[in-house]
Amino acid sequence: MPVSVTNSKLIYAALKACDVKIISALPETWLVHLIRMADEDPDMILVRIAKEEEAIGISAGAHLAGVNSALLMQNHGFLAAINPIVSLALLYKIPLVMLISYRGHMGEKDPWQTQGGMATEPVLKALNIPTWHLNSSTDIYRRLKDAQTLAHASLHPVAVLLSRELMWEE
Amino acid sequence: MLRADALETIYPELEKHIVVTIMGAVAAELYMLGHRHSFFYLEHAMGLASSMGLGIALAMPTHKVIVLDGDGSLLMNLGTLSTMARYKPGNLLHIVFDNESLLSVGGFPTATATGTDLAGVARASGIPSVVEADTCESLGSVVREALAGDTLTTIVSKVEAIGPKTFHMDLPLLENRFQFKRALEALQRQQ
Repeated sequence: MPVSVTNSKLIYAALKACDVKIISALPETWLVHLIRMADEDPDMILVRIAKEEEAIGISAGAHLAGVNSALLMQNHGFLAAINPIVSLALLYKIPLVMLISYRGHMGEKDPWQTQGGMATEPVLKALNIPTWHLNSSTDIYRRLKDAQTLAHASLHPVAVLLSRELMWEE
Repeated sequence: MLRADALETIYPELEKHIVVTIMGAVAAELYMLGHRHSFFYLEHAMGLASSMGLGIALAMPTHKVIVLDGDGSLLMNLGTLSTMARYKPGNLLHIVFDNESLLSVGGFPTATATGTDLAGVARASGIPSVVEADTCESLGSVVREALAGDTLTTIVSKVEAIGPKTFHMDLPLLENRFQFKRALEALQRQQ
């Protein structure tokens, strides 16, 4: 499976450097290495959820308890979680650090991913969620750290879109 | 059993712990019994009180967290039972008041009115301790027992579809949010 191990490791190291202690995740191809690393890390609580909506609640609870968390989801998972993002995170000013694998964008071969790919950025924009694209291994640490900093300062969700260039090697 | 009476019975336990409650009648009735800074009223995002409770329970493993849920809310997020069951935090107590109705929005019947058994769903999801308590006495003793122990417990209590006269709470939701976070931070510091 040509998911980049090197870049997954860099992303995971950046999350650790951000003092993330809880990761909620729902498996998706591009996220396999990240989820495995979280699972094998004795200092990380990995919560394998049934649907992405739950992750918004879990991160909200973790934030109110003073613990940093991150969400790993596919962009279709982000789309599935819109109501909790609006009526929990935005309503209650909860910072979320959402790492979203950006399927269905340039280079996508799977037809079923393409509609979600086209809807992702317009929906993020409609919700006024600040968004970083992660395209290059040199940006990973700085952009994740800055995303978390903004989330905490603004008490608002932020999105980090994990691109094909970063996650997929072929 | 009236939910208001059930809440009054367990209030001495609730006020000692972290509580996350769903919106509507449950929130208003708990608020009327006496607000505590360790109470969070999730005024929207139906279904997610239990997910929030799970997040808090995992982040604060030495404190008890009580979630007050309802049939309508739980039916919107049944996956939460399998996720809670997967991690089984022993400091989490999940109480479901089942009035078989979406009381706060017109009283339309939920699926528990036509046979869905939430205690059965919780058991089949792998929640290690699932108890049905349909009287104030039994609820009180089951709650005390669950809080004394260290086993993730879901309690399902059938209650009448009767709510408070008013849902008004003199507590802006952001005030509740910041107050609650400070209360949890104070609890964390006590350790």
